[in-house]
Parts: sequence; C-alpha cells; structure tokens
Amino acid sequence: MAQVSIRKVVKAYEGGVQAVKGIDLEIADHEFVVLVGPSGCGKSTTLRMIAGLEEITSGEIAIGGKVVNDIPPRDRDIAMVFQNYALYPHMTVFENMAFGLTLRKIAKDEIRRRVENAARILDITPLLDRKPKALSGGQRQRVAMGRAIVRDPKVFLFDEPLSNLDAKLRVQMRTEIKKVHQTVKTTTVYVTHDQVEAMTLADRVVVMNHGVIEQVGPPQELYHRPATRFVAGFIGSPAMNFIPARVENGSGALRLNLPNGIVLPVPPDRTSRYSAAAGKEVLFGIRPEHLTEPKNLDRPNIATFELTPEVIEPMGMETLVHLWIQGAEVCSRIDPTTPAEPGRPLQVAADLNHMHLIDPQSGRVL
Amino acid sequence: MSTTAAVSRDHPAIYHKVGSLRAERRWALWTAYASLIFAAIIMLAPPVYMFLTSIKTSADIADTSGSPWVVHHPTLENYRELLSSPMFLGFFWNSVKVTVCVVVVSMVISVLAAFALARMRFWGSQWLATGVFLTYLVPDTLLFIPLYQIVGSLGLLNSAWGLVLVYPTLTVPFCTWIMIGYFASIPKELDEAALIDGANWMQMLLKIFIPVALPGIIAATIFAFTVSWAAFVYPTAFITTPSEMPLTIGVVSQLIRGDTFAWGQLMAGALLAALPPVVVYVFLMDYYIAGLTAGATKG
Repeated sequence: MAQVSIRKVVKAYEGGVQAVKGIDLEIADHEFVVLVGPSGCGKSTTLRMIAGLEEITSGEIAIGGKVVNDIPPRDRDIAMVFQNYALYPHMTVFENMAFGLTLRKIAKDEIRRRVENAARILDITPLLDRKPKALSGGQRQRVAMGRAIVRDPKVFLFDEPLSNLDAKLRVQMRTEIKKVHQTVKTTTVYVTHDQVEAMTLADRVVVMNHGVIEQVGPPQELYHRPATRFVAGFIGSPAMNFIPARVENGSGALRLNLPNGIVLPVPPDRTSRYSAAAGKEVLFGIRPEHLTEPKNLDRPNIATFELTPEVIEPMGMETLVHLWIQGAEVCSRIDPTTPAEPGRPLQVAADLNHMHLIDPQSGRVL
Repeated sequence: MSTTAAVSRDHPAIYHKVGSLRAERRWALWTAYASLIFAAIIMLAPPVYMFLTSIKTSADIADTSGSPWVVHHPTLENYRELLSSPMFLGFFWNSVKVTVCVVVVSMVISVLAAFALARMRFWGSQWLATGVFLTYLVPDTLLFIPLYQIVGSLGLLNSAWGLVLVYPTLTVPFCTWIMIGYFASIPKELDEAALIDGANWMQMLLKIFIPVALPGIIAATIFAFTVSWAAFVYPTAFITTPSEMPLTIGVVSQLIRGDTFAWGQLMAGALLAALPPVVVYVFLMDYYIAGLTAGATKG
C-alpha cells in the first residue's frame, strides 16, 4: 500500500500534441481516486503513465515515495484491470490469476493460497478451472480483478473496467469493486468517463478536461460546489442548466435578469460574493432538482415563474420537463403526480439557495 | 375486418417475394455445385491418372489400344520396387532431413522477427515489415544464379545442407508475414497485462504470444513444410549427386534414363512424395485457414 504523487506531469506526443499538460495530484494511502472526464481529456494517459505503459515527457510520478519515471511496469508493484479484461485466453482462470506470482517465483503453496483467497473474495471459486472463453463478461471482469488482488500490489489501476458490460451488470460490478476496496483497502486509481461511476466509487473525484485537472474533491463537494462551468455541467445527470443572465444592482440588493423577462432576486447571503459581477453578463446555473414545482419548495429564496414545457419525460420516480428559454434548453425535475403536458404553461420555482453564477469568459464559478 | 382485408391483400406480394428468393437461392446453389464439380474434375484428374498409371504393369502402360483410364491387371509392383530401393529411401530421408531443418530454422527466425516487427515499436519497423514481404515476391528462378555462387563459395554445392541454407530465403519472408498478421491481431492489452504481471519480452513471447498465436504458427509451419518438401528449382541447380538428392528431383532424375521413362515407378514415386503434404493438410486445414485469415478479419 502506498501513496501516489503526480508532480507537474506532462505527456506530449510527436508533433507537439500535449495529452496531459502539467498536472499535480497527491493520492493518499488507501484512497480510492477516480479520474473522470470526456474522451481525450488525458485521464487514461495519466493512468498509463502511473502504470509505466507510457513514458513521461516531463515531471515525475512517485509511488510510495519512490520516483518511478524510469522504472519498468513490472518493478512498480502495481496491478491493472483493463477495459477488455486482457485475460490470457490459453490459460485457465487459476493460471491467469497465478501468472504474475509464478513469474515472481513465489512458492506454489503460497500461490494457491492467494488465488483461492482472491477467488473467495470475488466469488469465482467454481470458475478456477475454466478458460476465459467459457466465462460471461461479468465473470471475466471478476477474474481480471482477481489477477490484480492476488498480487497484493501497492496500487490498483482500473482503466474503464465496466465499459464493456451491460447497464445492469455495470451497477452490480460497481458495488463489487467498492466492496473489494473496502476489504483490501489498496490505494486505487480508477479511470472512467461515466460520472455516475465516479460519484459512487470515489473518495475523491478528479475531473479532467483537455489535459488539465479542472477540480479535485469528494463527490458531494464537486456536485454542490463545482469550481468551473465544465465541472458543473459534467457532474450530475441530467446536467446543470445554464441560462444567460445579467447581474443588476438595485437599491442595495442584487438581482438577475434572465431572458423572457424573468427577474430573480439574489439571496442576501450571496450579495457580497456576487457584487463584483454587478452590471456584467453571467451564466446562471441551476440543477434540475432545484428547478421544480413550487409545492416542493417551502423556504426562503425561492423564485417562481411560468414556463411552457416542450418535452415531458416520465421516469417513474420523477418526471423530467424540458423547457426552452430563448435558445437555452432548461430541464426541470418535478413530481410524477404533477400534471404536465407539452405546450401548457407550468409554474416552476427556482431554489436560489443552490444557484451558481459563472463567468462566461473564464468559465470559473463565481 | 379491415385488418384482415389488409393482411390478405399483402399476402400474395409476400409469397411472391419469398418464392423469388427461393428460386434465386436454388439457382445460386446449382451454379455453385456445377462450378465445384467442374473444378474438382480438373484438379483431381492428374492425381487419379497418376494413381491408375502407378498400379499398371509396364505392358499395360505400353498398350495404347484401349482407354488409358482402365487398368486391366492392377499391381503394386511399382510401389514394392520403389520402397525396396535404397536409393528411393535415400531420397525420402534427404527430403525429411532438409524439410525438418528448414521448418525449424524458418519458424525460429520468423516468429522472432514477426514478434519484433509487430510489437516492439522501433524506428523503421514498418518499412522493414514491408521489405520482408517484398523479398518474398522475388522468384526463386531469379535467385538461384546468385545463390549458386554463394552456396558454391561456402562449399555446400551437392550437399543437402546447402538446401537447408537456401530454402529459408523462400520460407522466412512469407512465414514472417503470416506471423506479423497474427501477432497484430492479438490485443495490445495482453502484452501490457503481461508487462505489469512481471514478464520480460522473451517470457511474453514464450508464455503469451506463442500459445495464443498457435493457429498462425501452424499455418506458417505448413507453408514452410510445403515449400521445402516440394522445392524443385534449387535442388535441380545445386545437387547433382544422387545420394544428396531430395525426392522431387531424385524421382525425376533417376527414373528417367535418356529417353526411357519408367512411367509406373515415376507415378508411384510422385504419389508417395505427395502423400506427406496431403496428410498434413488434411489434419491441419482448419488451423491453416484460421492462421492465414487472422490479420484480415480481426481488428
């Protein structure tokens, strides 16, 4: 077990394209950190640099306090789980899991003990004599995890391990991975493009975009206090609504002028925070659950206005209502019992205690 | 009512379509069978004729009055004479010796070369891979003149070992090419998993790549075996001593004396010579096809 330090790490390819642009990240011992972001954001490259599968252009990576830049993958004491499992097709499950230990010349009894122990943790004991082709996707994923567990490495690396599974199995395996981490407590770096996976698994989430880290923090912090427009839009499903607005100063209080003539009063406790933005164009950000029907909101700082739904999506436990405010699509989460239909005006209430204002130029949340 | 009417109105159209599909399929099948039967007759006529000739007596062969496809007095005399002749068995042994050595040498070189070219990214590897294949396109009828000089300068003319030296110039490029295709079809993550598990390049090749690429290796082995077993130009050019001759030229040079052709023994010898490749192909055909098509069908 060990901490992982990433210091000013850059990955540049031939032709000068930078996949990772000087990132810094400290991962504590036992921590479960998820790197999340869209395709091409540099998250997989970062993971592969930790694994030693990609060379580091500049900067340094240390595992357990030891700089590993020039150490080959086999001597870094890490284990990796791949998206396509990468099981050796000609070996049985037992042999797959034992392969790394055999190469390290560990005694046969010890290998058997470790493989059987990992198989018990992952509930794959009856599969030990099977070849990978006789396993289902979920079982293969367990074996791939087993192969990592038996090595008892300093760090687990997961590269989009659930992307090849169907939706139901993905949820099941997600729980499984969390359970395994709670049991073995190995420091884990996990890469995914799925923000739900990131939120549910991580102690801390690292949101990456265009080769830089946008924000690092516990899932709830990222959800409630995003630092940038990108994080605000990326974390949460359906995504946060962004509506162009103008901050106006009127008799000591701030207010927001939205399209369609909607005027929202800024809560008094936020006046000092937003006062510098007075007279400027901003983006008003609010999550769908904070834009709902008035009966669900009975507290101060609620603003009610009328909008016309264009699309209604009943989800069972809730209903999503899509509305358009001058070109901006806005999503509202309402109670499934509330009658709503396209074209019929609907009273919606914005909970301004949860509003965000974003500087459209810098993309920073004010 | 209206639904029923709509369905019955549509039925004739549907059945017409199905009927036309069936007719098309039947026509395609007939054409396929006819072509296959025609091709099979063309391909099988020579070996069948060889077999019929090999079980004829010399008198039967010389008798041109009846149909040559009819055997009046079948005999295994030709086979018995060949198989009891130390010279023929010597040819056979030379072929076996040369082929086994060539297959081993070719496979060792081409598996190592293909692994390096397919997996170890180094400067110029792409060009080298193309170059390897291009050398295969140079015909042996062109190469045997310079090779004669090289083999001669090494003192290996008239020696079966000279053939072990020159046959790999034919087998290695193609085998390497087959193996590059096969290795390229193995997912990159498999080597990465092996690297992280602690394997070095040689362990990765021996414990992962060779077992996984076994169909490709078998395909390449069959190819090397066939080329070496059936080679004609090189032994004709390099070997003149009967004791060093392989089957292909031994049968021809020793059973044709001047203008006297021992047809029965010639045919028997040719069939016996063709037997090992046939046996190999029959048993390993599936691997051969899987190996040749690996690069083409997998990503």
